[in-house]
Amino acid sequence: MMEVAIGNIKFKNPIIAASGTFSNGREFDEYFDIGKLGGIATTGLTYKRRDGNKGIRLYETRSGMMNSIGLQNEGIEEFLQNDMKFLKEKSTNIIANLGGGELEEYILGAKLLNKSDVDMIELNISCPNVKKGGMSYGIKSKDAYEITRQIREVVDKSLIVKLSPNAENIVEMALACEDAGADAVSLVNTFNALAIDIGKRKAIFDNKTAGLSGPGIKPIALRMVYQVAQNIKIPTIGIGGIVSWMDVVEFIMAGATAVQVGSSNFIKPDICMDIITGLEEYMARENIKNLEEIKGII
Amino acid sequence: MKNSYIHKKIIFKEKLAPNILRIKVEYSGQVKPGQFFMIRGWSGVEPLLSRAISVADYENEQISFLIEVKGSGTKLIDKLGLGDEISLLGPLGQGFNIESGKKIALVAGGIGIAPLLYLAKKMDGKVDLYAGFREKEYLVEEFKPYIDEVHIATDSGKTGHKGLVTDLISPDKYDLVITCGPMVMMKALAQICSGRVDLEMSLENNMACGIGACMGCTVETKTGMKTVCKNGPVFKESELIL
Repeated sequence: MMEVAIGNIKFKNPIIAASGTFSNGREFDEYFDIGKLGGIATTGLTYKRRDGNKGIRLYETRSGMMNSIGLQNEGIEEFLQNDMKFLKEKSTNIIANLGGGELEEYILGAKLLNKSDVDMIELNISCPNVKKGGMSYGIKSKDAYEITRQIREVVDKSLIVKLSPNAENIVEMALACEDAGADAVSLVNTFNALAIDIGKRKAIFDNKTAGLSGPGIKPIALRMVYQVAQNIKIPTIGIGGIVSWMDVVEFIMAGATAVQVGSSNFIKPDICMDIITGLEEYMARENIKNLEEIKGII
Repeated sequence: MKNSYIHKKIIFKEKLAPNILRIKVEYSGQVKPGQFFMIRGWSGVEPLLSRAISVADYENEQISFLIEVKGSGTKLIDKLGLGDEISLLGPLGQGFNIESGKKIALVAGGIGIAPLLYLAKKMDGKVDLYAGFREKEYLVEEFKPYIDEVHIATDSGKTGHKGLVTDLISPDKYDLVITCGPMVMMKALAQICSGRVDLEMSLENNMACGIGACMGCTVETKTGMKTVCKNGPVFKESELIL
């Protein structure tokens, strides 16, 4: 049985498509039934629409990639009227990923999402690609505490806080979010990173730095999940470089309740199905009835 | 449901120029000129991202791809031999509109010539080719049954006009100009065509997914941000904010 629970929501399996890598599902639903996923974290949604960043937005690295998309999205109202109508017909949990700049923008967005059909809200305080926002709340625990507390006040739905690996202290950060009323934490978002075009003698990205993801970050993400899961009581959702069911098992053994699959959606649109099938077969082989049996086992 | 990645054996491989490879695989299905496939010529996740390669030709249930051997991914594809497998996702993108009865100029820069061959085969009317290369021409001979005039430019001066391909074209002769090549060449062409003839561009950009999800390959248009992979790769120049 792959079922897991986060907040007051049950997931039929622990595989969630990560925000920013799955659009709002439509493109992937052409390749497999996205209703088979445990959940879908929407693209980073902001109160008002955003065009995202200019210049190069993607750059491949060894064992990974960097992105500087900059929260391009249609805005929450448009999402609710359009993509959410499509998503709510799918038999999976819809987790609205809430991004923003100023605190006020986050609160307005949270209020809209709270009265919508989304199943959960994932508060993104970890986007490295928007100025004055996002990640500035994800560095210091006291800032994360404050925004989580204020969002908690206006949100009745289950609330996940998505953490940045760029936090000063990832364990204190997770504890601060727990104290402020989060129902779960998800980690990690991308690592703030730099790439340089030596021919042009310039940074590849207009913002200079961008977010690093992919299999190259997995061992660090796994270590952070392990440390966090040992120290908090609420569930931890593991994210970072998952490409196979074996990676998922590692995250669960490190203490994660569920996982999010990110960049690898780009290398095979139905990779989440391979992962779900692989996990199911593994559990049957090892006679594991419930993932709790191996959670945090190391 | 669409197929996810399929695996196909390489049934033909040749070098058209020192760093230009042509491979063919069997395929059956609808493929439009200007569409592309995401290709992996390696197993595993290193390099992480697939390579977006346009369809150079599709005939007798065989697809041809021209590949410029340049980085880690294309070098791995270059190492493959006959009978080795590549993985493909596609066809992707919207491709070209097939026009008939118009006077059309196809303007290619380097490897940008690839999608224009399959397009030339599908069009009727008067079609001329203008092709620019660094060193030496390739693929041009194969256009000849399908087009009227051929104009070549090379940086080296080894064949054709020594200089830019954009030096050669008189836009007023045409109803439509279609181009694929380096952005610097296409921008120069846009200047030349501006106010004189319609221009369509097949764009290239760094891509991760190829299916319109990652928002990595977006371009700015007069109607908002569009993805090269799904909304394009072909755009009317008049719609783009370059």
